Amino acid sequence: MRTVSAAETATTTYPWVVHAEGLRVRAGRHLAVDGLDLALDTGVHGLLGPNGAGKTTLMRALATVVKPAGGRLTLLGESVDGRADLRRVRRGLGYLPQQFGFYPRFTVREFVEYMAWLKEMPKAAVPGAVQRAIDRVGLTAKADARMKTLSGGMLRRAGIAQAIVNDPAVLLLDEPTVGLDPEQRLDFRELLRDVGVDSCVLVSTHLVEDVVAACTDVVLINEGRLVYQGTPNDLIAQGGQGDAGDSAAERGYSALLRRHRAEAGR
Amino acid sequence: MTTHPSPAVLARYADREMSLDEATVWSVEVHLENCADCRAQMAGSATDDSRDLLARVAAGVDHNIAAGPAPAGRRSWLAARNRWLVWHSVPWLIMTVAVLGCAVLLDALQPSLPSVVSLLAPVAPLPGVAIAWSRRHDPAWELVAGTPAAGLAMLLRRTAGVLAVVVPALVLASARTGVSLALTLLPCVAFTAATITLGAFVGVRRAAAGLGTAWALAVVVPAVVTAEPPAVLQPGSSGVWALLALTLAGLAATRADSFRRLTSHN
Ligand SMILES: [Zn+2]
Repeated sequence: MRTVSAAETATTTYPWVVHAEGLRVRAGRHLAVDGLDLALDTGVHGLLGPNGAGKTTLMRALATVVKPAGGRLTLLGESVDGRADLRRVRRGLGYLPQQFGFYPRFTVREFVEYMAWLKEMPKAAVPGAVQRAIDRVGLTAKADARMKTLSGGMLRRAGIAQAIVNDPAVLLLDEPTVGLDPEQRLDFRELLRDVGVDSCVLVSTHLVEDVVAACTDVVLINEGRLVYQGTPNDLIAQGGQGDAGDSAAERGYSALLRRHRAEAGR
Repeated sequence: MTTHPSPAVLARYADREMSLDEATVWSVEVHLENCADCRAQMAGSATDDSRDLLARVAAGVDHNIAAGPAPAGRRSWLAARNRWLVWHSVPWLIMTVAVLGCAVLLDALQPSLPSVVSLLAPVAPLPGVAIAWSRRHDPAWELVAGTPAAGLAMLLRRTAGVLAVVVPALVLASARTGVSLALTLLPCVAFTAATITLGAFVGVRRAAAGLGTAWALAVVVPAVVTAEPPAVLQPGSSGVWALLALTLAGLAATRADSFRRLTSHN
């Protein structure tokens, strides 16, 4: 038996945690997200797509660091396009960029504390929340090591720790499994399932297997548009013997992309 | 508080051999949580076995607390959160102070020429401000830009940090050279406010560079060439500078939404 968390029973006044309608976002001069419709609720959503599909740009727009060029974007029921005041929404966000810079002389704990402070967490809650976040990503033994002494996988985990330190309602992770070894990847999937119980988690990845193993929902985009949204089992069912890929899920992924490209080419 | 359970019921609750129906167990438990008297009474009537068990549990808990890591103490917030900026802007601030020191020397050597201190005062804080709000100089910029704290308030806090060094240096320089204090500090504040206001449109770094260049070409170069003090720094002009500083600071305050995104003009 599992205890029911407060977030599960709390009433919300919005239908979707993340809601994009006709969203357009620029990356430089190029429209990397071009007319995307997406609705996400609580759970773990895997964001798949070929390189250049607009995954990172979409993540940045959802993290509110990039202003959409058009369309509508609502997070936690609040509009975040245009000149909106982002402060309240941002307190409920967790974001790990694909390439995240860090301060080499900070320890892991100082780094996560600094981010908790920037996220305007109540001062009294910070030390406990920081320790918990570091424990959850398995960096307890390295909590007081300087960032510059960490391996690539440890840095990723420190990045994940800062993303979850404020128990975000929306957690956005851009390629979080890069640099993790297989065992750490299993731990990470466990963490995703745990966080996804009462948050909306969107994980961008190029590993179809990660999505099948850890996600409740698959989102496939190509050329800045939504191609497919469904369960991992649905994705697997899309593939046939003739499709490229080493696993049923990969075959499903390439079948969907092939069909989408054929339709777009017509 | 409801009626206390009878000693017999309490004894049966404490003895796991004696069966007590579930509804009674629940009501006793709820009551015990809130009633110290009944807890004491139950503890008094506990069997030797129970006492032994409790003693062993207590000893085990004590042992584990003693063996585990010490709780993290209260940490100095100010030190941790500001360290990045401190390390980073120190070289620039040292340079600014060194240049002002040279200006004091020049003024002492060439008293007949226009004061170099007063010519440099308006632009003295600009390199520091440009560095404090620069995407290139903050490695974790993408993380920082997505937090609720990002925005005009953060820029102002960082600017205040720069002014905390530059203003005392200017006060010292003006005291050494006998230049009017108002005509040293007011242009300095006005140019800082102008950098932030203009920065809302073209970026803080570009605004600082542009304003610095404009000042050099329009005022510093003619003053050096003609060896005449510039008209804009005549004794009567401090009122105009004060008005300008206030107006620009007011304008900067209206542009708060311009500093919240990743590409927010940095
Ligand atoms: Zn009682």
